[in-house]
Amino acid sequence: MAETLVYKRPESLLKDGHFTFCPGCGHGVVLKIIAELIDEFNLQKDTIAISSVGCSIFLEKFFNLDVAGASHGRSPCVATGVKRCKPDKFVFTYQGDGDAATIGFNETIHTACRGEHISMIMINNTNFGMTGGQASATTLVGQVTTTTPKGRKAELTGYPLHAAEIVAKCDGTAYCARVAITDSKNIRQAKAAIKKAFEAQLNGLGFGFVEVLAACPTNWHMTPVESVKHIEEVTEKIHCLGVFKDVTVQEKV
Amino acid sequence: MAKVLVKGNEAIAQAAINAGCQCYFGYPITPQSEIGEYMGAHLPEMGRNFITAESELASINMVIGAGTTGTKAMTSSSSCGIALMQEAISAMCCAEVPGVIVSVMRGGPGLGNIAPAQGDYFQAVKGGGNGDYKTIVLSPSTVQEAIDLTYRAFYLSLKYRNPVMLLADGLLGQMMEPADFGEYPYKDPDVSTWALNGADNRPARNIVSLHMPEGELEQLSNRIFEKYEKIKKEETTYEGFMLEDAKLVLTAFGTVGRIAKSAVLKARGEGMKVGLFRPVTLFPFPEKQLNDVAKNADMVLDLELNQGQMLLDVRSSVFGACPVEFYGRSGGGMLTPDMIFEKVKELYAAINKTKVGVK
Ligand SMILES: Cc1ncc(C[n+]2csc(CCOP(=O)(O)OP(=O)(O)O)c2C)c(N)n1
Ligand code: SF4
Repeated sequence: MAETLVYKRPESLLKDGHFTFCPGCGHGVVLKIIAELIDEFNLQKDTIAISSVGCSIFLEKFFNLDVAGASHGRSPCVATGVKRCKPDKFVFTYQGDGDAATIGFNETIHTACRGEHISMIMINNTNFGMTGGQASATTLVGQVTTTTPKGRKAELTGYPLHAAEIVAKCDGTAYCARVAITDSKNIRQAKAAIKKAFEAQLNGLGFGFVEVLAACPTNWHMTPVESVKHIEEVTEKIHCLGVFKDVTVQEKV
Repeated sequence: MAKVLVKGNEAIAQAAINAGCQCYFGYPITPQSEIGEYMGAHLPEMGRNFITAESELASINMVIGAGTTGTKAMTSSSSCGIALMQEAISAMCCAEVPGVIVSVMRGGPGLGNIAPAQGDYFQAVKGGGNGDYKTIVLSPSTVQEAIDLTYRAFYLSLKYRNPVMLLADGLLGQMMEPADFGEYPYKDPDVSTWALNGADNRPARNIVSLHMPEGELEQLSNRIFEKYEKIKKEETTYEGFMLEDAKLVLTAFGTVGRIAKSAVLKARGEGMKVGLFRPVTLFPFPEKQLNDVAKNADMVLDLELNQGQMLLDVRSSVFGACPVEFYGRSGGGMLTPDMIFEKVKELYAAINKTKVGVK
């Protein structure tokens, strides 16, 4: 007999909270995945979320969770302070590529090297969304942004930073992946990856990091559908999808 | 408890441990590295947290993380390191996150030098960060006082949910003196009404520093400034030394205060009516108390190891009650009791001369 699935809004989302993102923005999809996972792990009462500076800054307006705010790029430090004081709580950061891979990449790397038992979700939309679409460290060569109106030129500003690949090289990293959310299959895979990163913390294995390729249709000047196509055809060729580290698999080998 | 011989930096570290500091996050810099070294040697074996952070940006933000859970945490640094913490200190004041910051000043500006100096008065008291806010600033002049004020820093920080800075200089940090640690004398307030610990059987909480809805930030600003008024009323402290009949009042903070004391004693030995007014809290500054003293004096001489920073607070407190002179050295130069005494002699003679002239 066919199973009947009834959709329920995750408890970890506020009942009257509404996402305030632009149409086609990736943030809402990922925040919802996180809320679902926190519900599945039954962690709503034991979670402290660390927000960052970017379009997702108002986590407390979406999540039915305790939230600590951080200055631009410093969420991993705030998370470290929280987790060291409350080792039995579940602590994660939610950051953009400007926050985690540009102004705060030093903090990202060191938190990974220390093997902090926290989970970090980085939304990579290859630009500074909140400030109006300037080039960030992850911006693709050739990508048009407000600060690279003729496209990013490698001769002038170098090459995109590949956060997940670098974080994977840190010995304290237990799980590290780059995922996309371009279709429902991808979204399921993204959820599985974030689940793994959460488990790395819950099982005391170390630092978990998931980079999610996401659309910023507003600043890309594309429709949501065009944005998805752009990620599949262009972004994924440069920021390749994959699991770059998983100590649970390596242990078995 | 008996007195022990202890170095300033180590005294601050041990006092923090006694105060129940659960976390130290820091990055080395002379002349305060012994604080981190002491913490690194002691905290982990006590089951507490010690991290050498990747930068001062990171250490102060780790303090914020600990503070949001209501846990006592501390960082320490010097001059340019404290400069890197300013954005976070502003955020702590806005989000009302407790935390203790020890600033052991060195010579500046720039990398400056590692000699004792007091050039970071403005940085500490006026705030190098953005927006309207106040850091509570405590200024010890002896190793004993460094211990007592470290205790007080942790207490005030939790009581008012505001960062507290212990502002010392390299001289105090490096100096060895006998001191009595006693016991942490305060009863800490309950943090369970606001600290983050997971939304268990209560609505979710947040501790953030962005307030976009119209009017929200102004309301918050008014509320925290009411808190600062309460702090001014209840927490202002200073030391008065031979002030009763003083015609020439010296003002000095930190180690310069104790150097000035020797000069006061020498001047008194020669019959000059000289006293010392030493603010212990730099914010809140003892404005009214200094004004009262200045009303009965003929002159105030402000002494600092900088080009005249506390001078602005001294002048606005004296508020024209009498003339204010300044004598200082900058860039790591020291003031000795003899140098201060010579200046006192010169000014005291000038005061008497003008008085004779008036008659
Ligand atoms: C210290 C500091 N520098 C700059 C800013 C301005 N700022 C706010 S959001 C942002 C970019 C955020 O981009 P990203 O992290 O990629 O997140 P997105 O908005 O794209 O989701 C910047 C530069 C700031 N708030 N603080
Ligand atoms: S600007 Fe971009 S990142 Fe920000 S909400 Fe809109 S689509 Fe999302």
